[in-house]
Amino acid sequence: MALLVSISLLIIDYRSERLDRLRSLLSIFTYPLQSIASVPVDFYHAVSGTVISFVELQKENQRLKAVQFENDAKLLKLAALEKENTRLRMLLENSFQLGEQVLVAELVSVKLAPYEHTVVVNKGSRFGVHAEQPVLDANGIVGQVVRALPSSSEVMLITDPDHAIPVQVNRNGLRTIAFGTGQPNRLHLPFLANNADIVPGDLLVTSGLGGVFPAGYPVAVVDKFEARPDKSFANIYATPKAELDKSREFLIVWSHSTPVVLGEQGKASVAPDAKEAEHVAP
Amino acid sequence: MLRLDVLATAYFFVTVGAAMVLRVMSWSPLMDTLNPDWIVLVLIYWSIALPERFGVFSALSIGLLTDVLTGRLLGQYALIYALICYFSINEHRRLRQFPMLQQCLFVFFCLLGQQMIIFGTESMQAGNRLSLSFWYPVLTGTLVWPLVFVVLRYIRVMARIV
Repeated sequence: MALLVSISLLIIDYRSERLDRLRSLLSIFTYPLQSIASVPVDFYHAVSGTVISFVELQKENQRLKAVQFENDAKLLKLAALEKENTRLRMLLENSFQLGEQVLVAELVSVKLAPYEHTVVVNKGSRFGVHAEQPVLDANGIVGQVVRALPSSSEVMLITDPDHAIPVQVNRNGLRTIAFGTGQPNRLHLPFLANNADIVPGDLLVTSGLGGVFPAGYPVAVVDKFEARPDKSFANIYATPKAELDKSREFLIVWSHSTPVVLGEQGKASVAPDAKEAEHVAP
Repeated sequence: MLRLDVLATAYFFVTVGAAMVLRVMSWSPLMDTLNPDWIVLVLIYWSIALPERFGVFSALSIGLLTDVLTGRLLGQYALIYALICYFSINEHRRLRQFPMLQQCLFVFFCLLGQQMIIFGTESMQAGNRLSLSFWYPVLTGTLVWPLVFVVLRYIRVMARIV
């Protein structure tokens, strides 16, 4: 009897999404357990964040100030460039810009299965998170949401052996797919020919194909190119830009699937939410 | 008698809850690959100790919770825990008489069967390239079984649950 129940559950869950409501109901009981499991690690980070020497703090402050100054200077230029880009796109008359919204989510330090690269974050469907949303950190693409529960969601990292992400080489626009390897900090690009124009040091950015990841975000840096004359494809490895094993805060992104059309000729107005990434939560 | 029922149920849920917390706790990458499935060990203990109170269906519901907790296909752990509890309840008289070494052997084969079922359902979902480390929890689970057994028996004797 119990066997029948569990096997039928397995089949239903494999074939359809009808059991998602049962899952979110049960997650009310399991989420507190995950939070408890995450307490020791959070406590460790809290303590190591509080107990920091004065000299280190001073150094960090100086460094951050320098970075802030640099970024401010870059932003000054960015506004002008954005305007120019809008104008140029309007001249082409097929102009649009994708609006993006982000939500900050924190890591819940639990391990679901050791052979998978999946992490749990503390924002779920109550915040409107849904499956197949891209997740970023300050340096690049982290992964995508695979399942959203009411108060938490599961994020598959780009290094998971079952994960693939469409990328292009930033230097020349060469498109390919990057697979996870199961090792932290390693991606594999198996579908490029031996004579492909790609060298170690090339930046890989999302190509926007596939519809999950918005175009133009940094993914990884190529660190090894190994031509194999006896095979049709070369062996290429890359290191993710995002600090997958260090970041504790992630950005969940909504990219508006319908492009926001820019103003008519002469009216250079941009739709309010298309102007820049808008913060939903602090 | 009623007080005892409540107490036994409370102890059952507290120990299973603690096992679930241990199951998902993440210390370091090495510990993560070695982390045994504490929940199944606790369930085996309770089905040997109190087979008339905890049956296959409580194992099934704990299994469902575990599925949600670890984000597996619903029913995977439910199936495994129901099967393992069924065997342990069937054999509980013999298991109680077994010396520790033989108990460990029983636990080893339970965990091995469990990992094989997981392997089956996981490869149903995607072409998995599982490494050797996938099988480590079987060994560590067998090694920590004496500890789990002694601790849980100590708790049970202290609370006088029979």
